[in-house]
Parts: sequence; C-alpha cells; structure tokens
Amino acid sequence: MSEVAKPKNNRAWFLVLPVVVSVAFTAVIPLMTVVNFSVQDIFSPDDRVWVGLEWYRTISRDPEVRAAFVRTLLFSAQVLLVEIPLGVAIAVAMPKRGIGVPFALVVVALPLLIPWNVVGTIWQIFARGDIGLGGWVLRRLGVDFNYALDSTDAWVTVLVMDVWHWTPLVVLLAYAGLRSIPDAYYQAARIDGASAWSTFRFIQLPRLRGVLTIAILLRFMDSFMIYTEPFVVTGGGPGNATSFLSILLSKIAVGQFDLGPAGAFSLMYFLVIQVVCFVFFTVLTRTGR
Amino acid sequence: MAEIRLEGVAHSYDGGSTWALRPITMTWESRRAYALLGPSGCGKTTLLNIISGLLTPTQGRIWFGDREVTHVPTHERNIAQVFQFPVLYDGMSVYDNLAFPLRNRRWPKAEVDARVHAVSRLLGLEDQLRRRSRSLDAGRQQIVSLGRGLVRSDVAAVLLDEPLTVIDPGLKWAMRSKLKEIHRDTGHTLIYVTHDQTEALTFADEVVVLADGEVVQTGEPTELFLEPAHEFVGHFIGSPGMNVLPAEVGDGGAVTVGGDTVGRAVPYPDDAATGADAATGDDAATGDDGAVAGHGDGAGDGTGGDRTVAGLAPGPVHVGVRPEFVTPLDGGGVPAGVPTLTARVRAVRRMGAYDLVDAVLAGGAADGSRLVAKVGAGSTAEPGSERRFALDPGRVYLFRDAVRVGRVVASANGGGAP
Repeated sequence: MSEVAKPKNNRAWFLVLPVVVSVAFTAVIPLMTVVNFSVQDIFSPDDRVWVGLEWYRTISRDPEVRAAFVRTLLFSAQVLLVEIPLGVAIAVAMPKRGIGVPFALVVVALPLLIPWNVVGTIWQIFARGDIGLGGWVLRRLGVDFNYALDSTDAWVTVLVMDVWHWTPLVVLLAYAGLRSIPDAYYQAARIDGASAWSTFRFIQLPRLRGVLTIAILLRFMDSFMIYTEPFVVTGGGPGNATSFLSILLSKIAVGQFDLGPAGAFSLMYFLVIQVVCFVFFTVLTRTGR
Repeated sequence: MAEIRLEGVAHSYDGGSTWALRPITMTWESRRAYALLGPSGCGKTTLLNIISGLLTPTQGRIWFGDREVTHVPTHERNIAQVFQFPVLYDGMSVYDNLAFPLRNRRWPKAEVDARVHAVSRLLGLEDQLRRRSRSLDAGRQQIVSLGRGLVRSDVAAVLLDEPLTVIDPGLKWAMRSKLKEIHRDTGHTLIYVTHDQTEALTFADEVVVLADGEVVQTGEPTELFLEPAHEFVGHFIGSPGMNVLPAEVGDGGAVTVGGDTVGRAVPYPDDAATGADAATGDDAATGDDGAVAGHGDGAGDGTGGDRTVAGLAPGPVHVGVRPEFVTPLDGGGVPAGVPTLTARVRAVRRMGAYDLVDAVLAGGAADGSRLVAKVGAGSTAEPGSERRFALDPGRVYLFRDAVRVGRVVASANGGGAP
C-alpha cells in the first residue's frame, strides 16, 4: 500500500461545527437557561436573587408535585402494561402476506397520523355522555359515565385514549421485528411439533427483544411526559385526578410565572426520565444474556 | 426407518405456470447417505421440504415405507432437518433445546432425560448441556440443531440443507467427518443438500444431481465422474468440466467434429438402465399432463428415442469427453483403436500438480471450439503448435439434447487418422 502524504491540520473541526452549533441552540443553551432560572428568584429581568438549591428543596417537598409524580408514574406503568402486550398480540395476528398486509398497516397506523390536540378533541367529544358515541353507548349500557365529574372515569378516558393513540406504534415495531425472523425458525418449530404458544414464547418473543426495548423506552418517555391530550380532554381535572407532572409544570411555569421553581421542576423531571430509561435499558439488554 | 419413495412428485409455487420441481420418481433407500447436488435455484430445497412435509407437492405422492405421507403434517413424519444456518431456541440451554421436541410431545420426564443424554453422548455434547445454546460456536450450534431431530425415536430420515454454509472453512472438514460418523453410528437415511461438488462427492454413498427442477443423474461419485448421463453432470462435476464439442453423426455412423472424423458412434441402449435415465424416462411417462410435458422437453424425448431406435440416427450431436481423458500426442504414430482430434494449442496453464493444455479445434463447423486436456505436470505442448489429441476410447460420449445417447469408439480403419 502506498503511503499518501496527508497534511496535518485541524480542519476536521470545521466539519463538526454545524452539529455543535445546532446542538448548542436546540439543547445546550435552552437547558442552561433553565439551569440559570432554577438557582435564582426572579422578580423582574433586572431584579433577581441567587437562591442556590432552594427551589429544588421546595419542589421536592411540595405535596402537589409528589402526588403528580406518583400519578404520572402510575399512568406510565398502566400504559406499558396495556400497550406492550396488546401491540405484540395485534402484530402477531396481523396478516403476513397478501393484500391484507398494506390494508392492515394503514388501518393500524392511522391514529399515529392524527395531531395530538386533535386526538384530544376527538376523545373529548367521543366520550361525552350526551353527544359522544362512546359515552352515549356506555350510558345506554347502564354505566354512569361522566369524565368531567368522576375522577375514575376521567382517568380511564385518558388511558384508553393513549392506548388508542399509541398502541399502533408498538404494533408497527413488533410487526417489523416479526417480519425479520427467517422462515427456517418457523419450519424448525413445525418439525419439533411446537404449539402456537410455544412458537410465540420460544421463537417470536425472544426475537422481539430488541424492538420491544425500543417500544418500552419510547412509550415510557412519551407517557411520562404526556400533556396535550389530557390537557384538551380534562384539563387535569376533575380536581387533580388527571393532573400529570407536565400539566402541573406548565401551570407553575406559564400560569403562575414562577420561573425559578419551574426551572428546578423541569430539571428534576428531566433527570427522572433519564434515570428510569437508563434502568429500563440496562435491565432489558442485560437479562437473558 | 424405512425407504422413502417419491411417485411423480412435482411442485409449482405459482399454480402451475412454472415448475420448481418437475415430476420425480425415485426411491431413497434406508441407511444410505445421499447428496442432493445442483446449482442454486435448481429445486434442491424444494425437494427437501417436500420430503420433510414443510411443503405439500402440487402433484405426486410420497411414501415412507408402506405408509403414504403426502398429506401428513411435518411433526408426524419424524424427520430431522438441519437448515443453512443454526436454528436454535437461543434463550434455552442446550439441554432444553434437545428436550424441546419431546416435551412438545408430552413425553414423561425420565424418558426425556434418558433420550437427551443418549443423543448428547452420540453428538459429543455432554459437556455443553448446561450452556446457553447461543454461546456455542456455529459448528456446535448446527450439531445441536441436528440433535433436536435425532432425539426423537424412530427417525425416518435426516435432512441437511447446506448445513456447512456458515461454518469456517477450516472447520468444515471436521464437521463433515462428524456428520459421517453420526451417520455410521445411527444408520439413518441421510439426505444432504449442497451445491459444492467436493462436499457431495466426499460425503455421499450416492449423489443425486438436480438441474432446473429435474433429476438428471443418480449414481455413485465415480459413476458421475466416469459416465455422465447428462451434459450438465459433465459440466457441474469435475474441475475443469467436461469438454463439449459440436459434432455430426453421419449416415454410416461416423462421428465428425468439424470435418475431422473422430470415430464411430455406438448407441447406448443399456444406458437407460442407470438410475438417472430411469428417472427421466419416468418423467416422460408421467408427463402426459400437458403443462409438465411441455417442460419435460429434451431429456425425456432423448432417452425415449434411444430406447426405440436401434442405431443412432444421423444428425447433430455433442461429443463429451473429460479433460482427464484427453492426451496430446507427441507426433509419431497413433495407437490403434483410439479416437483422435486435431487442435491448435493456445496455452498451457501450469497448475502445480498438473497442467491444463488449452487448445482450439481446427477447421470446419467446430472451428473455435475449445478442447482442454488435463495432463501431468511438465507438458511439452508448445503454444501455437497444431497437435493430435488422443481420446480415451471408453470415455467419449455422445449427447443429444443434453442427454447421453451413445459412445464414440475408434473407426474400424484404426483410429480417426485422416
């Protein structure tokens, strides 16, 4: 191999520059602004006081924040428990070849294509007892359903809405994972006399590990940060029943304009998501190795 | 354990417009090792999947001994099948992998344990039973997938679909001898699919050559080499492949290659008795279905004609002779009773242990046809010189429509000397 003489210089840094600049504007600078807010008490742009970690202490002791944290965690857990098995089940049941494939894919993907606030509006109307189809049917069946007054009804409405909206994502990921399993595995299972359940348990499920890890992480992050849909449907109510962390945060930041506490809240919120995702990822990729 | 019989088995993936496998009638004897040899896309895997029951043939019937299994689902056939790459339940231990087929059949725990240990002893996996199957190397993984088939009692046949594709070249020999050893110890009927002639010839008692969905010859390795029944077999087996020269059979039976009389044509009525011709003959017989007969051109017709016509009809043929049976002559006399050809030496390729003399036929219709001779190292043939080449009298064949129809022997007047 001939040695090509290469001039040594630092020009490569220029190639990285666009990334550095865009990341700075999209992530670093906004984040540092928030950090800046979180350690000051701001009365006006010219009148601010350094308070150190005071806001962090306040926020972490606030009963309303704690309640919202538990509520959001519970909501995410329920979302994962419903959406992951349901999504996998639908993906397994979907046609593998033929004209049914594009048809099923389009039908499944539809909810993903609808803007979030429109999803909220759809469900706000759908679940209404007087004019909404869903609420009306429930009432006809003898269920006293009213999401605006009953906190359980409100919770269920938001949960079902999220399942309807986001299970398709799990379905698409799982379906892609299933399609990548070579035929030979199914043939071997037939030769070995494996039942449909055994085929799922020992061939399909182990091979979905990768995509399900992604699905769980995505669904956790999104559901833990859920804002638009419950905001449109219930506005966090009745009472505090569907007041998730993000709704509470926006109330503090935009409603009360308490930038210091809101900054501290945001950073802690961010940190919790990072930690939980890290734990999920580590556990899911370590087990079964 | 029983023989496996195919009766006019054919398969089409698209409802009959193209045939992946044309009607095949043959018997796989029990306890023998077969290699199913052919290029990619010739229907090898299709045939294998039909035997194992993963595919139901479009037409024809399959028998395991005296039980018809054409529509018997695959898990009731007691077939062991190994695929191109290791197929394992990779979350399970080696033990659980081996036990899986038995547990699915609800065997009692003690019997499962006994069988698993017996098979792991046979395969040399005893020390690996507790390991995760995914942590084994590719060769061992293939052994485990083979073991999942062998663990069942009364295995009808072991089918291997190019099982060494993913194995390191260095390990292939070891794996092949391991497979042979297992075959010797268990005595199962073994069908080994491959597109590698060395693998097929070294492994099998009998080689079945498949081309374009058709069995073109069945025979022992030496038979395929010495007496190819089909031009494809001549090309595909041997390195380099058989020389195929355009030729003409005259009215008197004289065979001329480009105006150069090589010898006399002798038809081969007894050829029809060999395995492959029996199969192609049946092909023509069962081919009364219009769609299939249309594809069964050439081969079937050729053998059919050979049987009915006593002599060889005049007309164009191909002369086929392997490079091993072509010898350049150093001037001087031509031995009596030896067919000869004249060609211009173009190059001599030194291959180490042997030389390949690359020559071009001189004159006539066959002008430009290549003739390759495989001779001992140190050949004296000069590039550019014209030479006579002697052809081994017993090993020069005539092919019509790619099927062997006869043999060339020296003319009565002593060789093919002009």
